[in-house]
Amino acid sequence: MSTRTLDYTEPGALVMWFSDGWMITKRNLLKMKRSPDMLLFAVLQPIMFVLLFSQVYGGSIAVEGTDYTQFLMAGIFAQTVVFGSTFSGAAMAQDLKDGIIDRFRTLPMSGSAVLIGRTNADLVLNAISVLIMMGTGLLVGWRVNTSLSSSLAGVGLLLLFSYAFSWVMALLGMSVKTPEVINNASFMILFPLTFISNAFVQSSNLPTPLRIFAEWNPVSALVHAARELFGNLGSAPVPDVWPLQHAVETVLIGAALMLVVFVPLCIRKFASISSR
Amino acid sequence: MNIIETSALVKTYKAKGGRIHALDGFDLAVAEGSVEALLGPNGAGKTTVVKILATLARPDAGTAVVDGIDALRDPKAVRRIIGVSGQYAAVDENLTGFENLEMVGRLYHLGVRRARERAAELIDLFELTEAQNRPVKGFSGGMRRRIDLAGALVIRPRVLFLDEPTTGLDPRSRMAMWEVIHNLVADGTTLLLTTQYLEEADQLADHISVIDGGRVIADGTADALKAQIGGHRVEVTLVHAADAGRVQGILARHGAGQVTSSSEGRSLGVRVDNGPAALQSVLGELNSSGIALHDAGIRRPTLDDVFLKLTGHKAEAGADDDELQEAR
Ligand SMILES: Nc1ncnc2c1ncn2[C@@H]1O[C@H](COP(=O)(O)OP(=O)(O)OP(=O)(O)O)[C@@H](O)[C@H]1O
Ligand SMILES: [Mg+2]
Repeated sequence: MSTRTLDYTEPGALVMWFSDGWMITKRNLLKMKRSPDMLLFAVLQPIMFVLLFSQVYGGSIAVEGTDYTQFLMAGIFAQTVVFGSTFSGAAMAQDLKDGIIDRFRTLPMSGSAVLIGRTNADLVLNAISVLIMMGTGLLVGWRVNTSLSSSLAGVGLLLLFSYAFSWVMALLGMSVKTPEVINNASFMILFPLTFISNAFVQSSNLPTPLRIFAEWNPVSALVHAARELFGNLGSAPVPDVWPLQHAVETVLIGAALMLVVFVPLCIRKFASISSR
Repeated sequence: MNIIETSALVKTYKAKGGRIHALDGFDLAVAEGSVEALLGPNGAGKTTVVKILATLARPDAGTAVVDGIDALRDPKAVRRIIGVSGQYAAVDENLTGFENLEMVGRLYHLGVRRARERAAELIDLFELTEAQNRPVKGFSGGMRRRIDLAGALVIRPRVLFLDEPTTGLDPRSRMAMWEVIHNLVADGTTLLLTTQYLEEADQLADHISVIDGGRVIADGTADALKAQIGGHRVEVTLVHAADAGRVQGILARHGAGQVTSSSEGRSLGVRVDNGPAALQSVLGELNSSGIALHDAGIRRPTLDDVFLKLTGHKAEAGADDDELQEAR
């Protein structure tokens, strides 16, 4: 009876890993393209943030050693990509709810493809956001004061961190019952995390408990590293804590840790989930 | 040779009040090229069986083998030869019908060209031509169901699992689905399907396993099961509930089983061996006793009757336990 089955040769593991991951990435990007509301949000929100903060607060928030627009941009970049990563979680939860995960899990595809496709697509979305924000920033007077390679490294660092964080969120997304939970949880956790940081104000101006939190906050390290690589630090002294003294290293280590821990956890979790 | 074999499958789920035994020693053997129906009420464990065989869930104990492959040890090898359409359509809402099928083909690693050819063939087979270029989002439930089923057929699987393939379809679509299934089976695919309808199992299956409480409680061909249940039921609805006592006696005399009645006592029924003859004699006797009727007729056995006969209790609709309504 085997003549009935469509015969086909399966590619090697590496080719399969790559092509399956690419199929799912394509599917997710297509999905983004087809939900104009989401795309509009992803494009407009960063523009709005850049304009709001630089134009509304720019005149009244004084920062030491540089002007507020120069100071602000890295903060907005970091905040936006961190929030962007939560989409990986919400989308995994949605796919689970819609039942399409059950289809994927009955196909002989690579066991990590759905996760890779998810996080890749969100990386693309985040990259677009960063480019848009940089463009808007340049229009309102933000300047990159370092070499091209240094500023590319800055963009790379922002995206690396957000990519690693996507895996954390993807695990959360597979562990909750509805996509809404992810959105609510991310607001509860990410608002404090991004606002009690050096993203919008200098941490030295914060009351002591908040200052300590801000100095050790990984988001602060990301913001600081980006400022450094874009040449926006100005002349203000760097707080005397290791993560900010070694911001680039901190971000690299943090991202590596997130990936090492959460990629295997995600793949294991994926192998056991099913809708309804 | 048995192409599907499970033995002593146990699967429990955590629930509020403790653990639910979704499967409780479930055994099944399906011959290659045959059609097996799992027939059972809500919560019987049908979906759980399909999920375990389709590598979506792992049992707590027991074995599941598909075409000689241990589904628990080597799920990926099983996935290469099966097609699955679950109880709820697993389609991508944002992709068109065609893109959905193409994606499935690509993920079976058919290659771009073969995947597209196959998607086009299936669009034709399932008459989805007008819907092939629209995102699934706008489709009716029936269309979604058909795309999902088409997705299960992309590689012309050796073993096909269909979990309630016709639930939610209108009668015409249901007939069309039966037709498609008939053709598939004629081609030699082994099919395991679940259903809540005896008639559907009867139409499609070579062999039926009736399941309840996570276990097979009876199995056999449709005819064998029906013989166990008895051919028909005679049912009457009275104008006056006060006549119920007398009618019960009359039905008991002509019937071949216990007389059942509705909670308000105005509808009564009994299993009979020869439907038309029994109806005639019951009506004759009711007429001569001067009992007024709203309605009377013969009914083919339903799943409820199978249950009543096999378990002595009525099929319970999942959590919302109907009270037992039989007049004992
Ligand atoms: N993921 C789950 N979590 C908790 N309980 C579950 C889960 N899946 C199934 N169950 C329970 O296991 C039992 C068997 O469920 P199953 O879905 O296999 O039944 P079914 O025969 O397919 O029913 P239906 O006709 O309603 O589809 C039910 O009591 C159900 O509530
Ligand atoms: Mg079910």
